[in-house]
Amino acid sequence: MYAQMVKSEATQEDPEKLATFQARIDAGEKIEPKDWMPAGYRKTLIRQIGQHAHSEIVGQLPEGNWITRAPTLERKAILLAKVQDEAGHGLYLYCAAETLGVSRDELTEMLLDGRMKYSSIFNYPTLTWADMGAVGWLVDGAAIMNQVPLQRTSFGPYSRAMIRICKEESFHQRQGYDIMMKMARGTPEQKRMAQDALNRFWYPSLMMFGPSDKDSVHSAQSMAWKIKMNTNDELRQKFVDQTVPQAEYLGLTVPDETLTWNEEKGGYDFAEPDWKEFFEVIQGNGPCNTERLAARNKAWDDGKWVRDGLLAHAEKRSMRKIAAE
Amino acid sequence: MSDDALFEFLCRMGDNTLVLGHRVSEWCGHAPVLEEDIALANTALDLIGQTQMWLGLAGEIEGKGRSADDLAMRRDVWDFRNILLVEQPNGDFGQTMMRQFLFDLWHLEMLKALSGSSHDRVAAIAAKSVKEVQYHVERSGDTVIGLGDGTSESHRRMQAALDLLWPYVGEMFVPDHIDAQMSEAGIAPDPGELRATYDARLAEVMTEATLTIPDSGFAHKGGKSGMRHSEHLGHMLTQMQWLQRAYPDATW
Repeated sequence: MYAQMVKSEATQEDPEKLATFQARIDAGEKIEPKDWMPAGYRKTLIRQIGQHAHSEIVGQLPEGNWITRAPTLERKAILLAKVQDEAGHGLYLYCAAETLGVSRDELTEMLLDGRMKYSSIFNYPTLTWADMGAVGWLVDGAAIMNQVPLQRTSFGPYSRAMIRICKEESFHQRQGYDIMMKMARGTPEQKRMAQDALNRFWYPSLMMFGPSDKDSVHSAQSMAWKIKMNTNDELRQKFVDQTVPQAEYLGLTVPDETLTWNEEKGGYDFAEPDWKEFFEVIQGNGPCNTERLAARNKAWDDGKWVRDGLLAHAEKRSMRKIAAE
Repeated sequence: MSDDALFEFLCRMGDNTLVLGHRVSEWCGHAPVLEEDIALANTALDLIGQTQMWLGLAGEIEGKGRSADDLAMRRDVWDFRNILLVEQPNGDFGQTMMRQFLFDLWHLEMLKALSGSSHDRVAAIAAKSVKEVQYHVERSGDTVIGLGDGTSESHRRMQAALDLLWPYVGEMFVPDHIDAQMSEAGIAPDPGELRATYDARLAEVMTEATLTIPDSGFAHKGGKSGMRHSEHLGHMLTQMQWLQRAYPDATW
């Protein structure tokens, strides 16, 4: 889940139009960019898609951190392909957001000056090669939980972007798990790295779904609009139920002493992450917030002359073409 | 022609793509625009894929049971056979793209010639790679033109990049005893023969880019012979080879 705590906008518009709009959504129709939509629907979607796109872009950094240290040529190629996919996801999502009337550059500026957020998870450091496994297995695994239902979201361009993204994300998760298998069955040092990665990424992954539903004020309207398809707690439960057996298969221990199977609900009981830590990360106090934003700002600032140069050339070329005609 | 010479030649091809692929991959997540992040990763991926083929074949020819990974991750600087150009640091985006174009242009001509190699495996790798490199040279050439003929600042930076990297161009065309054996066996061209086509195409692109090719024939040497690499390569290897060196018993 790459969009957290997206504020839903209240809407005050013609009740008749709103009712017709809601009826279309309830009937499972897709809303397309040129269709009438409530201002709140548009604003909420821009926030959510924008935050998702930013997460893909910032998400390149923790994995990019290991591309130059990947242990084999094959692992390096796979990791490069994965990070390239993420940049591609960012591109689809920015394009989807642009259909709502906001430009990619505007969204980028808002990311860079802190007005818009990206997922809390990318503010954690990747410290060993096993983290490349844990990120694929847990982080992409958590993202898929949210993104699979979003393929059915009401906004057409977002839904279509999600369909493409999901295909690639499931490959990412499998490659992450494959790294974990190698590590968990490798030398004692590799196994230690694998366990350490799980210890560090478990709770931050649970945080990806956002605070508990009882504390989440934005859910109801977004769910009615089918911008949000499931509650945070539903998705978190599903993630834990799927992931615990996978950890057992790897021979690794989930860092939660309270973890127990609850026969009655047909799922695990588990400890909540430290929400105080989550809010600190959201506020900018995560282990890597400063570095991540600084890296993105540097890339943008250092790249200005390139963007300006290429634009100037394109203009010169079209002027020459016009002059020649 | 000895197997030793062929091994040496294959390491030259594979080390060029390995070292440049690594350098390009250093950009990941830091490019000026999203499309460039994607394109740089794509180029790096192609180059790493080509490395697997060249070094894989090198290991087979050598016959000591070394895999492409062993060659990439367990040799020290003096055993690397890449030209000096590709190990030069990325610098700014303009320097990276200038380095890419200067290499791509040679790489394409080399691969075209190798596609007709008397050695079937060499010809097959070249034929597969040439399609990728055709795209590389198109993209790097367009970028050099776009930035050279862009703003005054982009022009200035591209001219500085060309001036900086020009002394590393000559090494690609200077033949030695390995090249002589390769060309005699019909495996690879005499690199000197590629120069005329290279210069002609280079002049076209630089004219369109409004850049001036330096009036100097000086060429740094020592990369492809392994005699004298730059200081940069060793630092690169400390990163690239670190996991394999720190945990030699592990498989990944």
